[in-house]
Amino acid sequence: MSEVIFLVDHSAGKITKAAGELATYAKSIGDSVAVVFADNAQPIVDQLNTFPVDKVITIAGEFDKYGPAAIADGLAQLLTDRKPAAVLITSTANGKEIAARASVITGSGIITDAVNVDKDLITTQSVFGGSTTVHATVTKGVPIITLRANSIEATGATSSAAVEIFAATISEAAKLAPITSSTPVVKGGRPDLTEASIVVSGGRGTNGDFKPVEALADALGAAVGASRAATDAGWYPHSNQVGQTGKTVSPQLYVAAGISGAIQHRAGMQTSKTIVAINKDPEAPILEIADFAVVGDLFNVLPQATAQIIARKG
Amino acid sequence: MKIAICIKQVPDSWAEKKMAGGVLDRAGVDAVLNDLDEYAVEEALRIVEANSPTKEAGEGSGHTITLISMGPERATEAIRKALSMGADDAILVTDPSLAGSDALATSLVLSEVIKKGNYDLVLCGTESTDARMSVIPAMISQRLGWAQLTFAGKVAVNPAANTVEIERVTEFGNQVMSAKFPAVLSVVEKINEPRYPSFKGIMAAKKKPITNMSLADTGVGSSDVGSAAAWSNVKEALPRPPRGAGVKLTDEGNGGEKLVEFLVEKRLA
Ligand SMILES: Cc1cc2nc3c(=O)[nH]c(=O)nc-3n(C[C@H](O)[C@H](O)[C@H](O)COP(=O)(O)OP(=O)(O)OC[C@H]3O[C@@H](n4cnc5c(N)ncnc54)[C@H](O)[C@@H]3O)c2cc1C
Ligand SMILES: Cc1cc2nc3c(=O)[nH]c(=O)nc-3n(C[C@H](O)[C@H](O)[C@H](O)COP(=O)(O)OP(=O)(O)OC[C@H]3O[C@@H](n4cnc5c(N)ncnc54)[C@H](O)[C@@H]3O)c2cc1C
Repeated sequence: MSEVIFLVDHSAGKITKAAGELATYAKSIGDSVAVVFADNAQPIVDQLNTFPVDKVITIAGEFDKYGPAAIADGLAQLLTDRKPAAVLITSTANGKEIAARASVITGSGIITDAVNVDKDLITTQSVFGGSTTVHATVTKGVPIITLRANSIEATGATSSAAVEIFAATISEAAKLAPITSSTPVVKGGRPDLTEASIVVSGGRGTNGDFKPVEALADALGAAVGASRAATDAGWYPHSNQVGQTGKTVSPQLYVAAGISGAIQHRAGMQTSKTIVAINKDPEAPILEIADFAVVGDLFNVLPQATAQIIARKG
Repeated sequence: MKIAICIKQVPDSWAEKKMAGGVLDRAGVDAVLNDLDEYAVEEALRIVEANSPTKEAGEGSGHTITLISMGPERATEAIRKALSMGADDAILVTDPSLAGSDALATSLVLSEVIKKGNYDLVLCGTESTDARMSVIPAMISQRLGWAQLTFAGKVAVNPAANTVEIERVTEFGNQVMSAKFPAVLSVVEKINEPRYPSFKGIMAAKKKPITNMSLADTGVGSSDVGSAAAWSNVKEALPRPPRGAGVKLTDEGNGGEKLVEFLVEKRLA
């Protein structure tokens, strides 16, 4: 069976939720082969074994110091060596740049932000703020496909993947811009925005008070998002902004409270499976795309919903 | 310093966009300068102003800012906007054979144009508002073999030392990176507040030169670009079925309870 290579995202020794999703996609197409850039890969291999993974290839070296440019070099060498059926990468800023550079080096076509890839390597993209669905294929080289997090439910497995070491070099060009210092994002107690199955977001309508938004999020085990109006006002960190210039999320459930639904906001959440909106204005554009909308004051609706959920859990 | 800025003309964010024959139907919608490229233009102007004896860009600054765009003839409208903000001149690569080019072809054409200009820095936006791939700056950097300093939330240029340092801002946190010229940068939208063109700027822009280049002028062969050469192929593009009309109710004191009923029914709570 042909191999499908996927790139494992990890930080501080932990793989992201998206890694399991990529393993699931890879296994649905062919043999699932994880590639891990890390000096100490064993803890990562252990975590990967809880997903359908046939093989893990580890690559050690100065990849943290030189970032996406260096990882693209290593990945391209691996592709030339193994000629897999496809490469799957998570759609993040880093992931897309790695995909971009590897596609130039290997002369391979690239498709970004897919929300599905089937066994014939036909991708599905949701474009123009979700108004159009595109099916596409790569026609030259090794198909390089980046997939949005949360687009599939990861399948659990008990794997015992064979581990192989691959030696890769970093070109001089990829060493031109070393990373001199690094500040990782501080993770709060809540799930990561792009990984969460439920996101509760607040906008200008919160008037700076995010407590009801956070309380509902915690009752649902959700991540908290914000509109740009809220992040610009300094009410919530920019890292929680959803939209064109913030994060793109596609959770099972997206709750928009006090958010009007500007096109730039919708660009970041419109592929959510179910959308719920709470808004005072019956004409707010967000209501047009909501599966369930309450026209009312979020300061009444959210606390009532939160109390109800907590009561049900009893 | 010689600075180039890659700018793209895109359909207005508010316009209804459609696909025609596997590519975006660009003829049927209003076209504007990609919002996110305005931040690159602003940043280039600030870099020059900070290093200009006159504190202004343009003649007398000792630096030049050239816009580079690949797109249809009407991309000149987007170019004029960036010129009226203060860039000096522009190159527009326009050729019927470029229609339907994918990211590999686009980055190839842009890189070949950049190679001819002896630039120190190339600035880009982080993504276009139409296709939203966020790949062109990385591809250009790879093709040119120049340093990649992308997703910059802060840029510090030292023209005397020929160095540039940025703070890269992504979902993974912030990283400081530095490199010698030449380098390819992309800037995030939090970096600055783009200026509105002044009346003087708008008048001056009308006289600024826009050089038209055909594909042959770039040195790229026609077999490497356009729909036929694309490394990826759109099989079909369908308007997404409209979301089934949702439930909309007005809160009469039990809106929160109704909402939870809905979530429970959908197995979401
Ligand atoms: C280049 C560019 C990039 C952008 N990127 C983004 C982006 O990434 N993400 C993003 O979100 N925006 C982005 N924007 C901004 C976007 O255009 C909107 O301005 C923004 O999304 C508005 O935020 P909002 O919905 O919270 O505020 P508003 O549009 O002011 O809406 C507030 C809503 O709250 C409702 N409301 C008020 N009080 C209450 C209450 N008590 N209870 C219930 N409802 C209430 C109102 O009826 C209204 O509908 C971008 C804009 C540009 C130009
Ligand atoms: C809906 C849709 C989906 C597409 N999907 C794919 C795909 O999966 N694979 C693929 O290979 N192609 C795809 N394309 C084609 C692709 O959009 C173009 O090749 C495009 O030029 C590059 O991608 P981008 O616009 O997303 O640029 P981005 O990488 O998002 O742009 C980043 C920056 O690069 C600069 N830039 C980008 N384009 C130009 C330009 N023409 N002139 C000057 N500067 C520019 C700007 O500074 C911009 O801010 C798609 C097009 C559409 C409309």
